[in-house]
Order: sequence, then C-alpha cells, then structure tokens
Amino acid sequence: MIKKYTVKILIRVYAAVFLALSLLPFYMMIINSLKSSQDYGRNGFFTIPEEIKMINYVKVITDGIFSYFKNSIVVAVVSLLILLAIALCASYAFSRIRLRWVNLLFMLVIASMTISIHVALIPIYLLTRRIALYDTIAALVGPYVAFNLPITIFILTSFMKEIPVELEESAWIDGCGHFRFFLSIITPLSKAGIITVAIYDIISMWNEFGFALVLTQSPNTRTLPLALWNYKSQYGSNVPMLFAVLVLSVLPMAIAFAFGQDKLIKGMMAGAVKG
Amino acid sequence: MRKRGTLKLNMTAAFFLLPAFFFIIVYIFYPVVDVFHLSTLDWNGISPNKINIGLENWKTLLHDKYFFTAALHNILIVVLSIVVQMPLAITLAFMLDRMGRRSGILKVIYYLPSLFSTTAVGLLFSFIYTPRNGIFTVISKLFGGGIVDVLGNPHTSLLAVFSVICWTAVPYYMVFYLAAFSGLPQELYEAAVIDSANLRQYFFGIALPLLKNSIKTACTLSLIGSLKYFDLVYIMTEGGPNYSSDLMATYMYRLTFKSRQMGYGATVAVGMFLIITTFTYLFQYLINRNAKEE
Repeated sequence: MIKKYTVKILIRVYAAVFLALSLLPFYMMIINSLKSSQDYGRNGFFTIPEEIKMINYVKVITDGIFSYFKNSIVVAVVSLLILLAIALCASYAFSRIRLRWVNLLFMLVIASMTISIHVALIPIYLLTRRIALYDTIAALVGPYVAFNLPITIFILTSFMKEIPVELEESAWIDGCGHFRFFLSIITPLSKAGIITVAIYDIISMWNEFGFALVLTQSPNTRTLPLALWNYKSQYGSNVPMLFAVLVLSVLPMAIAFAFGQDKLIKGMMAGAVKG
Repeated sequence: MRKRGTLKLNMTAAFFLLPAFFFIIVYIFYPVVDVFHLSTLDWNGISPNKINIGLENWKTLLHDKYFFTAALHNILIVVLSIVVQMPLAITLAFMLDRMGRRSGILKVIYYLPSLFSTTAVGLLFSFIYTPRNGIFTVISKLFGGGIVDVLGNPHTSLLAVFSVICWTAVPYYMVFYLAAFSGLPQELYEAAVIDSANLRQYFFGIALPLLKNSIKTACTLSLIGSLKYFDLVYIMTEGGPNYSSDLMATYMYRLTFKSRQMGYGATVAVGMFLIITTFTYLFQYLINRNAKEE
C-alpha cells in the first residue's frame, strides 16, 4: 500500500517538474519584458518587476516590428497556398492513378524526404542570385514549397487512399472525368487531411531559420525569426525591450495554439508518424 | 481505342504531377547534383574566375581536424539525444496516455516549447545563461561562488546548448509517442489489469514491446535530426568558443557565407550528406538485423 502511494507521488513530482520546466522560461520572458531597463540593470533576471511598464512594447511597436510580421505572413500564406494546390494534385495522382511510373515517382518523393536543407543550401543560394530573387521575400517561397512538399504529399496521399473506392465507381458511372472527380469529390472529402497538414506546414514555415538567414539580408526583407536575430544586436544593451520583441513574436503561435490545439496536435502527430 | 485511353491516362497523371516535380527538381534534386560540382571548385561565390581544382578540396577535408571535431560533436549529440530525450518523451507520453481525457491542459503546456521558433528559444536561453546575472551565476553566488559563463566556456558550451535542444525536442517526440500509445487498443490495458498487472508491468511488459517500431522510427528521426542540426547552436554560440560547440552544419555555414570559401563549403556539405546517408542506412540495418535475430 505504501509503495503504491510513493509511486503515485513520484509520478506527480515528475509531472510537476516538467510543468515548471515548460512554463518558467515563458514566465521569465513575460516578467522581464515588463521591467524598465534600470530595474533590469539593478535587480537582474530573476526578480519580479518593481513597477509594471508597458513602455518596451510601445517602443517596439512604434519601431516598426509589424513590417516583419507582414513579411512572415506574406511568405507563409503564399507558400502555403502554392504548396497545398500542387500537393493536392500530386497526391490525387499518387492515390488514384495506378501506373507503374507514377509509383516509382512516389518512391522518389519519399526518398527526397531525407535530404537536409544544408546540402541544398549553397546551390539554392547561388540559384537565387542568378534568377535575381536574392534578398527578396519571394526568394523564400520556392524552397519553402519544395522542402515541405514530400511530407505534405505523403500525408495527403495516405489520406486520399482511405477514401472508399465505391465512390469512385459511382462517379465514373455518372460520367465524370479525372479533373471533375478531383475537384468536386476528392478535394472536398480531404478537408480534414488538408487542415491537418496545413497546420503542420505553416508552423514549420513561420519558424524557419536556415533559408531566411541565407537568402535575405536587408531589414525590409527579413521574416520574424531573422528580425529577432537583428534585434539582438540592435537592443543588445536594452534587454527588457528584447524580451518585449520575443513576447510579441511568440504571441501569434500562442493564440493560434489556444484556439486550435486539438487540430494542431493531430497535425503534429500526422507529421511525426511519417516514418 | 484502348491505346488512346492509356495515353490519355498517362497525360492526366503527368499533368497532375508536373507542378510538384517542378519544385522538387529545381530546389532539391538539382542542388544535390550541383553541390557535388561546386565541391571541385576554388571559388569565393562572387568572382567570375572559378578554378577547377579537381579533388583538392577533398584532400583538404580528409585532413581537416575542425571538420572531424564538428562531426564528433554531431555524433555526441546523436547519442545523447537518444539516451536522454527518448526515455523522457516515452514516459511523459505514457503518463498522458494513462490520464486519458484529464490530460488535456497538461498536454498543451508540455507541448509549448516545441511550438516557438528556434530563434526565440535560443535568445531566451542566452539570457537565462547570461554570465552577469544568469541562472548559473545566481546559483553559484548562493554558495559563495563567482560568475559562471556556460556558453563561453569551451568545456560546457556544447552541453549548455544540448539542454536547450532537449527542451524543444522532448515535447516533439512526446507527441510522436502519444500518437503511438493512442494506437494501442484500450482492451489490452484492461486485460492486463484483470490479470493483476500493475502500471510498471504493463509499461515494460506490454506497451514498450508493442511500440518497438515507433521507437525505431523516432530514433531514426532523432539520428537524422542530430546529424544535420544547425539552428540553436548557430543562434546561441555560432559554434564557438574556439570550435567547442561546432557542428558540421555550422562549420559549413561559416566557411561558405562568412569566409566565402564556396567550393570548400560545398565539399563540407557533401561530406555531411555522405555521413548522414551512411549513418542512416547503417543504423537502419543494425536495428532491423537485431529484430530478425529475436
């Protein structure tokens, strides 16, 4: 009996430790963003603010942080729309058209999932310069679409394969061709799969660092993760201000997460089970 | 008549696949081929004179102690990730799975660290580690010690960054295992309870063996992820001080875009590619061979 209780208590402790580890860093981020820089200088990192100040947020916002938000949103939305449109087409072919070369291409897509961006980074950088897209936000769209395609196609294809074949037969009897069938039957029926995969993709694009670091350079083309990087040198001496930037930058994801956590975790699960 | 139908089907398939393969060829297949070509050049990336030096870069790479140090760091991260992150992720997922519906809010909070950009996380922890008034300095001063600079000390920099990697990676694998646990039928647990098995017996005797394939997949993902790791190390230390936290990807990045050695940087990238591919297949072979012996 005693042993049973010790195990229970140990499990609770384990759960609590991880709860603290997950939350404390964010708590620190928020309280430090509310300090004045003098307060931070005097008392350091681990105290609560002497007086709650919103001044850091006001300064950061008037300093034009929203242009970085705009870049991030434009890149993520444009990339996502292109990605979903072409991934849906490809997944339709992979799940509904039974030809040997189509199957071979599917294997090729799966194989390309293991190629890391760092192998492709230098050639893509040179290519981007050649086609005069270097240091524009448009430069990011191609790589973002391409490197999210394999996993997106993989998840959507397995989703479309689940759609019952009888549906197909009755549609063929009604005399509808591949294009009609794709647009008016398969795509609407794949809605749940599309939402799942879209969540997975948009998080990875919103947070992407490597390509944005290499393919953009000037402040007006940088996405949010890179803007944080720039702010580090800009506000290096005013730490609370940097924390205000951090809080603002994680806010959209936190809000989206609060509203759609069920779907999001489902998306992560689908993405995680790709192996 | 029939032949035309097949032709039409082929054309339809090609039409559906063309856009996807345009992107995959331009941004994945072509770069992989091109990087091999670049590795034979002595070139700074800008000037018009590219000098073809054949295998010179490869000879340099084989004697480049910085590259091998970086590769060793990668392998250390691989081992540590599997040893540290997997047990934590599995036990957390098991706990959440057993809690059932009540796990809702806990699941959400545990997942938070994986949600945010590596830049935000990296900057946040740079301040938590800061020497002047960071967490280790505060603790050391409590015991009468002095300033502790974990990121600036070559002996601790890699471990300091690795703990942050764990902080973001554990929730990711937790969700992965949660998906695997939720795939196990509930009757299995009920049957085990009827046979008076306790939680520990159920976990080690029933759940873990059934999850063997998921664990293999997660370890493979972790292996690939650790070999190509870049973000947090670059953000927090840029590979320093004095190469002590350098990884293959950060080394490649600095060579290419800071020292402007495009050709040699490409060689390092190919070296990385070969190492990742070899290790992945070797690892797959080893874990599947053991499975057959059983």
